[in-house]
Amino acid sequence: MPLLKLRESQIMKIHYLTGICAVFFVAIHILFRLIMPFGQSLEFHNVVANYHNMYYVILLELILVFISIHGFNGLRIILIELKQNQWWESTITILVLAAMIGVVAYGTRTIIIGSQL
Amino acid sequence: MSEETKKIKLKVYRTNYKKEEPPHYDEFDVSVKRWTTVLDALLDAKSYSDSSLGIRYSCRMASCGSCGMKINGKPRLACYTKISELNDQTIVCDPLPSFPRIRDLVTDFTEFFAHHKKIEPYIHNDKVPIEVVNKDDLVEFKQTPEDVDKYLQFSYCIKCGLCYSACPTVATDTKFPGPQALSQTYRYMADTRDSGESTRLDIIDDRHGVWRCHFAGSCSNVCPKGVDPALGIQLLKGHLIGITKNDKKIATLRSKEE
Repeated sequence: MPLLKLRESQIMKIHYLTGICAVFFVAIHILFRLIMPFGQSLEFHNVVANYHNMYYVILLELILVFISIHGFNGLRIILIELKQNQWWESTITILVLAAMIGVVAYGTRTIIIGSQL
Repeated sequence: MSEETKKIKLKVYRTNYKKEEPPHYDEFDVSVKRWTTVLDALLDAKSYSDSSLGIRYSCRMASCGSCGMKINGKPRLACYTKISELNDQTIVCDPLPSFPRIRDLVTDFTEFFAHHKKIEPYIHNDKVPIEVVNKDDLVEFKQTPEDVDKYLQFSYCIKCGLCYSACPTVATDTKFPGPQALSQTYRYMADTRDSGESTRLDIIDDRHGVWRCHFAGSCSNVCPKGVDPALGIQLLKGHLIGITKNDKKIATLRSKEE
C-alpha cells in the first residue's frame, strides 16, 4: 500500500500543513458565526441556509478533511509509541487510515445531504 | 584556613539484580565542605562506610561522562554537582532512569551506545582514504572558523546519557534514538567535512526517529556541557521538511605540500 510507504517526514509535512490549514479554516468558520448574534446563527433556517451556500459547503468539507487527517495521524503517533513491533505499527496505521476514511466519508455524506446537492 | 564542615545525609539506591536483592535505600552520614561534590560524598561513603557501594566514575572533571545519576530527582553528573548548590540536608542518589540497571548506581549503556553507533557518528567523505598507508597521502580539510562554529556546540557531547535519561519519549519508545544520537546527527550534518547527510537522514527519518521528539526540552535542561540537543533536533526537523536548507559546501582538502 503506497500510503503506508510514505516517509515519516512526508507524513509529518502533511500533518503540519493540515494543522495550519485547519486552524485557518476553523477561524473562518467561527467568523461566520459572528456575522449575526451567535444564538441566531445556529437557528435551524440559518444553518440550512449555510448548507445551501456552495462556498460554505466547500469550507465545511475542507475542515472535515484537514481535521480528520491531522487528528487521526496524531492518534497514530500516540498509539505507535505504546508498543514497538512491526505488527502493532502496521495494524495501527491501517486501522487509523480506515477510521479516517470512514469519518471523512460519513461527514461528506452529511454535507451532501444537508446541501441537497 | 579551615573551611566550615557540615553533616549531610546521603540516601543511595541499592540493588543487585544478579543476587535478586530487593531495591532499597541505604543512608550514610557524610561530612562535607563548601566544594564537596556528590561524587566526593559517595566515595567518602564507599571508603569509610560501605565498600560494596557500586558507582562508576573516572575523570572527576565532567569530561568522561561516567558518573551520571539522578541526584535529588534530576539527572546530573555526580562529579559536577556540588552538594552546597543543592541546598538540601538530604541528598538522594538514584541510577539514571530509562537505562537498564546493573548494580546500585551503575547502569547499562549498551542500548544507548547502539543508538549512537547506528547514526554512523564519524566523518563520511569519499575523497579521504579510509586507511592511509603512505604518510605522504595525509591530507587535511580547509575549514573557516565560521564553518566550525556551526557544529562546535554539538561536538561538546561527552555521551554521559543524561539527556537520554531525561527524555520522556525514550522512557516510552525503546526504538527512539534519543536526544544524544539525534543531536550528533545534526553535528555531522552541519560539519563541512562530512558528505554523509543523506545516509544519516535516511536512518533517522523513521517511524521511531526524529519525529517522535515532542520538544519537551528536558534534554537541554540537564545537559552538563551546554550542547542543547533539543536545538539540534529541531534544526534537523526543519531541514527534513524543507524549512531550512543545509547549504554547506563540502570542505576542500589541503595536501601536505600546500
